[in-house]
Amino acid sequence: MDTRPLETAAEPGGLRRIAIDPLSRVEGHGKVTLLLDDDNRVRQARLHIVEFRGFEKFIEGRPYWEVPVMVQRLCGICPVSHHLAASKALDRVVGGWPVPPAAERIRRLMHYGQIVQSHALHFFHLASPDLLFGFDAEATRRNIVAVAGAFPDAARQGVMLRKFGQEVIRITSGKRVHGTGSIPGGMNRAVDAHERDALRAELPQVLAWAQDAVELARRLHDNLPPRYADFADTPAAMMSLVGRDGAMELYDGVLRVREADGRIAIDGFDDQHYGELIGEAVKPWTYMKFPYRRSLGPDAGWYRVGPLARVQNCDFIPTPRAEAARQAFVAAHGGRPVHAVLATHRARMIELLHGVETVAALLDDPLILGGPLQAEGPRRPSGIGIIEAPRGTLIHEYDVGDDDLVTRCNLIVSTTHNNQAMNEAVRAVALRYLDGETITEGLLNHIEVAIRAYDPCLSCATHALGQMPLAVSLRAADGRVLDHVLRSSTGELLRDAPAHDAEAAQ
Amino acid sequence: MSAAGRDDFFELDGQRVPLQPGDTILRAAARAGLDIPHLCWHPDVSASASCRLCTVLADDRPVAACVAPAVAGQKVECRTASLDTQRLRLLQMLFVEGNHFCPGCEKSGHCLLQAQAERAGMTDLHFEALNPERPVDASHPDVLFEPNRCILCQLCVRASDEMDGKHVFAIGGHGIATRLLIDSPSGRLGDSALSVDDRAAHICPVGALLPKRVGFAVPIGERPFDTEDTRG
Repeated sequence: MDTRPLETAAEPGGLRRIAIDPLSRVEGHGKVTLLLDDDNRVRQARLHIVEFRGFEKFIEGRPYWEVPVMVQRLCGICPVSHHLAASKALDRVVGGWPVPPAAERIRRLMHYGQIVQSHALHFFHLASPDLLFGFDAEATRRNIVAVAGAFPDAARQGVMLRKFGQEVIRITSGKRVHGTGSIPGGMNRAVDAHERDALRAELPQVLAWAQDAVELARRLHDNLPPRYADFADTPAAMMSLVGRDGAMELYDGVLRVREADGRIAIDGFDDQHYGELIGEAVKPWTYMKFPYRRSLGPDAGWYRVGPLARVQNCDFIPTPRAEAARQAFVAAHGGRPVHAVLATHRARMIELLHGVETVAALLDDPLILGGPLQAEGPRRPSGIGIIEAPRGTLIHEYDVGDDDLVTRCNLIVSTTHNNQAMNEAVRAVALRYLDGETITEGLLNHIEVAIRAYDPCLSCATHALGQMPLAVSLRAADGRVLDHVLRSSTGELLRDAPAHDAEAAQ
Repeated sequence: MSAAGRDDFFELDGQRVPLQPGDTILRAAARAGLDIPHLCWHPDVSASASCRLCTVLADDRPVAACVAPAVAGQKVECRTASLDTQRLRLLQMLFVEGNHFCPGCEKSGHCLLQAQAERAGMTDLHFEALNPERPVDASHPDVLFEPNRCILCQLCVRASDEMDGKHVFAIGGHGIATRLLIDSPSGRLGDSALSVDDRAAHICPVGALLPKRVGFAVPIGERPFDTEDTRG
């Protein structure tokens, strides 16, 4: 299905505008706009990110050791991912990479605790109402409270899985949200043996819940009505970190890109050179950038990150239960690459199970209880840290001056990687389910269901300060355009460029 | 009451506080383990009475406890509703005059301003934030000066004068333009005589003067002002 023409309607004038604003059950603020003609045919569909955070700008001029704590405030859901990606980048700056083994294990423990709590939050609190009650169920039922009423066991498991993940974060960072454990060059704390033992005691039950979650996600997906079998099926290349042996690897690895048809395009790519692999484009109607593979360019180079990409990009998952679940996932789709976005939920729960198994293994590792925790070496003027956050690949890059202040910061957040993929999913759903129909609230929720599958964190993803192209039109009272100026992403002012339809789309 | 009793004690919020010759109210209270809120007082340097957080009623007269001599038999009130409100407003004014963003500040958990605000029950700024934009001075190889957090308590001034013998700092300007001055040709810390080993480099009660590259080294739970609540 070619959805690209729907990004910008040829003649936006006179079309009817429908806005889904705000998007619900996602992190942050965004909206979808649809432009429809008189026959309810969809002419334009866009996912706009309407909030602005600007962390890239205000990190400049701050001392580097402040950054791993400061950037956590990007997000209340996955602060650990930013905490660790920034730490990994600044490890390089202070000459502390690789960090000592004990610090590496404790960071991993924190990170996999983050994977567990974030995935549990998304699946049970945000996504499950759609899957349990139906996409067009009454809006007042589509929330976690209604889930708790109708499916109390599932709701309780979600809450308890999340709690377990948050406790892992607390014993490694000092707080459940926004702690301070990781510092450039290592960690400031080891794990207390009593706190470790308390979490170990919960593991049999937590493992069982995680296994149940995988089964629940499979069952819900298999039981979807047939008309959702190809819901938002948007073939895309897949990118993630993997281990050098091809294993699923969420804390530190090499970049792999797999084409939509399953062939590996790029493998073993050093994450420190990501800039040779990925470029970023900006568009005037959203605060979120559009990353792309440089070899293919901004139009064709988009790709998908996150659980659906990772589960298919790796060769295996290095923990037994999750690997069995991955194999079942692959077999269920006949070994073919899966691009229908609702499969993301099952992939996400496979990762949650992998997260619990990894936490279990790390809690058995005596290194987490102590040993050298910090390393340092020759200073470097810049550093890059890449991690697989719950929502996908997360890139932090910093330049640091001799005076210890950050001079440049670049963040490419998981949701940003998925910007084009989410827009494609919006258009695919708009064409398949809304085109020519009488628009109802339930039908509009179909679009939100597709976006929600990506678990987007819109708060994390909006930092294009000073790079945003801007279109300004001066119109006469009768609507005629008297003047039109476009400021390009490089700051250049263009007067003869075609008038942009930004007004119609906002 | 016996002569010995009257001569050796004063009363602080109903508790008897022993006196020594030359005591101020705050010093005697601190020795007795009784807390009078303060920011600009430190036992190792002279008092300056600049923050006024320690204002108490001594026999119904408002005085700064850090400089007011303790007088035998005196009745001192510290925890009254009126004084508590006054302290809260003073703290709120200090917060809005600078940029005190505790979540990203390495002094969090070590910060006397944060601790006093918490003890005072401060939950909002009350006044409009001024959001100053004062450039960070990172010119010193080992010490960072973050003027947006400076509360003009003068502790660094007194430590440099009295303990380090260097006179690196002074207070200049008037009113809202009052600021910490650095004695160096450029006015920047890197050109001053300050050493990271000086007391002045470590006495700041907030996150304005900080030794570099050690931020967040102390884990949550082991910081001076950590409580059950701040451990998460």
